[in-house]
Amino acid sequence: MPFSLLKYGLLARHASFRDIPLTPELKRSYDVVIIGGGGHGLAAAYYLSNVHGIRNIAVLEKGYLAGGNTARNTTTIRSNYMTEESIRFYKEGVELFETMSRDLGFNVMFSQRGQLTLAHSEATLRSFHLRAEMGKHVGTRIEVVDVQTVKELCPHLNLDLGGQHEVMGGLWHADGGTARHDAVAWGYAKHASERGVEIHQRTEVTGFVRAGDRVTHVKTNRGTIAAGQVLQAVGGLNGQVAAMAGIKLPIRCFPLQAMVTQPLKPFLDILISSANLHTYLVQSSRGEVVIGGGSDPYQLASTRSTLDQKEHLAEGALHLFPFLHKVKLLRQWAGITDMTPDYSPIMGASPLQNYWLDCGWGTWGFKATPVAGKRMAETIASGRVPDVLKPFDLRRFDSFALLNEMGATAASH
Amino acid sequence: MKLLTCPVNGPRNITEFQYLGPVRAASAEQPEQLIESLFYAENPLGVTREWWRHTPSNTVFVAERHTVSDQIVATYLPSRKPA
Repeated sequence: MPFSLLKYGLLARHASFRDIPLTPELKRSYDVVIIGGGGHGLAAAYYLSNVHGIRNIAVLEKGYLAGGNTARNTTTIRSNYMTEESIRFYKEGVELFETMSRDLGFNVMFSQRGQLTLAHSEATLRSFHLRAEMGKHVGTRIEVVDVQTVKELCPHLNLDLGGQHEVMGGLWHADGGTARHDAVAWGYAKHASERGVEIHQRTEVTGFVRAGDRVTHVKTNRGTIAAGQVLQAVGGLNGQVAAMAGIKLPIRCFPLQAMVTQPLKPFLDILISSANLHTYLVQSSRGEVVIGGGSDPYQLASTRSTLDQKEHLAEGALHLFPFLHKVKLLRQWAGITDMTPDYSPIMGASPLQNYWLDCGWGTWGFKATPVAGKRMAETIASGRVPDVLKPFDLRRFDSFALLNEMGATAASH
Repeated sequence: MKLLTCPVNGPRNITEFQYLGPVRAASAEQPEQLIESLFYAENPLGVTREWWRHTPSNTVFVAERHTVSDQIVATYLPSRKPA
């Protein structure tokens, strides 16, 4: 890489190039149709085309590339979950992020700075011990730390000693990190399209043609195409798209709101979150403090923002860092999260033979972009769901084999 | 401030209310509907009926609300459903 860069730098003429081609005309038939041009869909397209040799692929995106929840999440990457099945899966995701910039030849700005979750009660501390032990068992870097260590990790944090939200300890997850969400999607899109994957932006799925328990054609606003296999990964619209295919999903939609402050000098070099305050903060490489994540208290499929949620997030952020009180907000936004009853995603088979699901990603989907793409590609290429995905099957709700991860996030819901 | 009209107390700030989820078609009392009622809650794009509670007065009522525009169409007590 450095030599090729040097060679490129010494060239007299630099031809302009386009990472992601313009939307082509739709062909009549594709081996794989991926619905949803977000991180997950593009990662699946990348692995299918670069690893499994399937190149006749169309990615259909209703809006613009990676403009949905891929653009709206708060880019937390971690594997400090509660159940063994989840940790195993998310750990693989973190590992893929560690080598992603090199693998893709595309700087995704992965910064493995560690995540600290704060405990403000004995009960939270007990749940942290459970998470730490399970994490160590699976092989992630995670430990419960005392107040002194919290102070060392984040010296300017308000410990609120003697107060209502006194910090009693923390869960330190050294594997935690952050990356640039756009770059992740663009890197996958670039390498997928180099191998012949067609990315169709502003192409909305309007229905399906079914024959028995197979989908034969996908109808779009630009025409109908034949499909060998179909992967659905459409974020907030998963319930609606699945319904068009005749599949019912256990999903409820809530907007998740977040915001960033104006850029500040670097002062926060870890990810910090508090489950009690329902707030988490991370300082981006531009210096903006990203503050997330408040879910609206009732079901809604709108990306509007509300003052209530912004005040709630600001309250939590100011409690942890009171010196931010004069800092101005720069941007605010919301994304529609597709929440499952057990706060775990739904991946793998659907009731249809050639229709695969990668949905129910709620408030926690970005960190799984590479691993979901990799494993869903493996599933589609082989027609067989790998062991690591089996616990996330849609049928787990029929057999009450839930994978409860409700307490493993600081987002309020 | 968003207003929600309590059928007993009139228009109040929505922060005074607790959302209790959609009015469910499936019943947990029926064994064949148990999984549906536990996990498959209504999640439409459009007007939907849902349970709300005005917390200070403990008034439980039904609201009809549009899940995309967030517009509240009607609120009424469950015993007095309008025709």
